[in-house]
Amino acid sequence: MILTIAHKELKSLFISPLAWILLALIQLVLAWIFLGHLDAFLKMQPQLIQLANPPGLTEIITTPLFATTAMVLLMVTPLITMRLIAEERHNQTMTFLISAPISMADIVIGKFLGIMIFFSAIIALAITLSISLLAGGTLDFGLLLSNVIGLFLMAACFASLGLYISCLTTQPAIAAAGTLGALLSLWAFDITTNDVNSIAQDFSILKHYENFNRGIIDTFDLLYFVLFALTFLVLSIRRLEEERLRG
Amino acid sequence: MLLMTDNILMQTISARNLSRDFDSHPVVKKINLELKHGEVLGFLGPNGAGKTTTMRMLTGNLAPSSGSVEICGIDLLDKPSDAKTHIGYLPETPPLYQELTVNEYLRLAAKLHRVNSIKICSALDEVKLQCGLKDIGNSLISSLSKGYQQRVGIAQAIIHDPDVIILDEPTVGLDPNQMREILSLIRSLGTKRSVILSTHILSEVTNVCDRVQIMHQGQMVFNDSLSGLQEKEISLDEVFSQLTMDNKSSEKK
Repeated sequence: MILTIAHKELKSLFISPLAWILLALIQLVLAWIFLGHLDAFLKMQPQLIQLANPPGLTEIITTPLFATTAMVLLMVTPLITMRLIAEERHNQTMTFLISAPISMADIVIGKFLGIMIFFSAIIALAITLSISLLAGGTLDFGLLLSNVIGLFLMAACFASLGLYISCLTTQPAIAAAGTLGALLSLWAFDITTNDVNSIAQDFSILKHYENFNRGIIDTFDLLYFVLFALTFLVLSIRRLEEERLRG
Repeated sequence: MLLMTDNILMQTISARNLSRDFDSHPVVKKINLELKHGEVLGFLGPNGAGKTTTMRMLTGNLAPSSGSVEICGIDLLDKPSDAKTHIGYLPETPPLYQELTVNEYLRLAAKLHRVNSIKICSALDEVKLQCGLKDIGNSLISSLSKGYQQRVGIAQAIIHDPDVIILDEPTVGLDPNQMREILSLIRSLGTKRSVILSTHILSEVTNVCDRVQIMHQGQMVFNDSLSGLQEKEISLDEVFSQLTMDNKSSEKK
């Protein structure tokens, strides 16, 4: 049942041009950044050779590429998650799902899964760009893997937050604005606190992603991402259940 | 004992003392509703009487404030998923995904209602034949006329061959020919299953239904079979206006 919902969600997403336009634009932006860093690497190469332990292709090109992808995901999430529940309500199709013999959890997890598959496509774009470097050099696959895991977990947090905010309203546009606001505030935690040991830093999604970006997989970061995503999924389910009770 | 289980099997819907408040304002007050297999029930009442609220409770879209609902002997509140497999529901606004084609949409409805994947194709063909959708399977729902959209709505409610079909004003906005077709479809559905038909058009009820219940200000004020009405030589029109008129006079005050 969860897969049926996920499939339906992906279908609605790819029927509209929105998903395709987003993927095309993201590819354009990522390729641009990628080429910029590649260019810089080629210019630096003579100096790098003189270093005793020079940073490789992965550190100079892939790491900033994935950091950019994280920002791109932050911007794209509201556009993708806004319609999840809000649009079903707006078109009165929520009844269709609730009347079917499936639970609220099935609906929420199915929709979350659908969005994650779409986000995986975006992450795959960044991976493919990095892999293309193999044509002229070697890659640090450990660092690449750490980046991929980090980006995937962060995308899960974005998706679950967007899904929850979409549960709160009937207007997709309001859900989009709310999600963008929430994600930007989480980002602001990162920028405004310069004190490394501040608690505010522990709440910033991007701060936790930074460790993955540098190739460090810390259990605290892992736990933060998993708890964050789970919390908002559970809140979404509860919100929908409560609506059925209160009407 | 045998008689009792037979009785339970025959009963497809049994709602007892069903109530619902919205912000401590009672909308449905302790109503009872029972439906037998192969029975078409006309569900009447003026606007705002609580019909839609009642139907939303019967289909698990809204939790009742108190009371119980059993669908084919399964408690809707205890085992919602099992009970819902026996219900087909068409709400007032057909819940259609405009961006899908008729085939895609009905296939989704079948999957969500746990129709065996091998049987989906044949169920799809049969339901399209029943609802007159044979030639438009590949059209986008958004391109269909109101009448066809309504038929797609009915099709999604019956594709999983439910025992109970609940239709909330299925003939609103249809032309007289379409209305007649839909009513004859409902009649034919009623031979094998039980149907609740909510409507404002009294002639629909006299043509199609076996029994009629009238709701007024959240209460069930009338419950009789149509043959019973005929025997007493009372018209449904009279009954309806007598029972629901006082509302208007009290409003004028």
